[in-house]
Amino acid sequence: MSKIITAEMPEGMGGEGFFATKLSSAVGLARANSLWPLPFATSCCGIEFMATMGSNYDLARFGMERLSFSPRQADLLMVMGTIAKKMGPILKQVYTQMAEPKWVLAMGACASSGGIFDSYSVLQGIDKVIPVDVYIPGCPPRPEQVIDGIMKIQELVKNEPLRRRHSPEYQHLLEKYQIG
Amino acid sequence: MTLTNEQILAQLAEKMPGSALSSEIARDGILNIHTTREQIIDLLQLLRDDEQFGFNFLTTLCAIHYPDNTGQELALVYHLHNWQQNVRIRLKVFLPIDDPTVPTATGLWPTANWMERQEYDFFGVVFTGHPDLRRILNVDDMEVFPMRKEYRLEDGTRTDKDDRFFGRDGHVGQSFD
Repeated sequence: MSKIITAEMPEGMGGEGFFATKLSSAVGLARANSLWPLPFATSCCGIEFMATMGSNYDLARFGMERLSFSPRQADLLMVMGTIAKKMGPILKQVYTQMAEPKWVLAMGACASSGGIFDSYSVLQGIDKVIPVDVYIPGCPPRPEQVIDGIMKIQELVKNEPLRRRHSPEYQHLLEKYQIG
Repeated sequence: MTLTNEQILAQLAEKMPGSALSSEIARDGILNIHTTREQIIDLLQLLRDDEQFGFNFLTTLCAIHYPDNTGQELALVYHLHNWQQNVRIRLKVFLPIDDPTVPTATGLWPTANWMERQEYDFFGVVFTGHPDLRRILNVDDMEVFPMRKEYRLEDGTRTDKDDRFFGRDGHVGQSFD
């Protein structure tokens, strides 16, 4: 008995020797199970992420064992830790360097809202400079929470229409952030 | 024979009379000497180059804002260290906030370059003769000197922080005057 668990089939028509489904479902399935994350770790949440990557929690189960340290080849920007205001433009630059489609995950209180750093020098949440898809609360969040956040991202990736990123709503969102 | 605080004061009175306006021994046993901005560079040079002093290392430079100390609102503290005898000393210079200028120490210690940029960044102390006096840690377009007491610690653009959770009484979205 094989221990390999295959991804759930999308909705479609199947029969002897064939299976038909929507292109967007097939592409979404492929994308969701081969996300390449770019870890943007600035503090303790990054340490918790390392535990998530390690063999105990094993992010590779989600098709994510390949971390991309180049934004050009990454699909998911994981921002983990306090972002100082001076870091803001750099974070935005990294985001704009990523190719579409791309998703952003804010891990921990600091990335989501500035956290305990109620201070003039700290960005009060990364959503002040880039759009965020999923927020993970916690200070720092446990690896289980990180995995939950990643699975939420996978749900988004699976169910998002292929052309969503060209939609007027998305363009408007990027304009609001003054991105391309 | 280790250099004692009394010896430092006696030798200072001999070699550069009038440079120490006053002095005290802090609780940690380190001698604090108050001086003026006109004399600070000569005094630093004497302490560094004179064989009997031998304070060869500028450990750090920091500033303090005393808003109620009229005419002497800003204090600059130079920390020196004699490595051979492991003796430390502090020099304090008080500056009026309307005219916070002091000559640069970059000619004596190149490391003073970034220390002075930091004090400029946070307190607005202007070091005359500094080769590159611009902000070092804060964002370049910041318009205030954030460590001065008249500025709030909190970020003015915050929208969702409740002061009660930060040990302060208040409410969400408090206005900043």
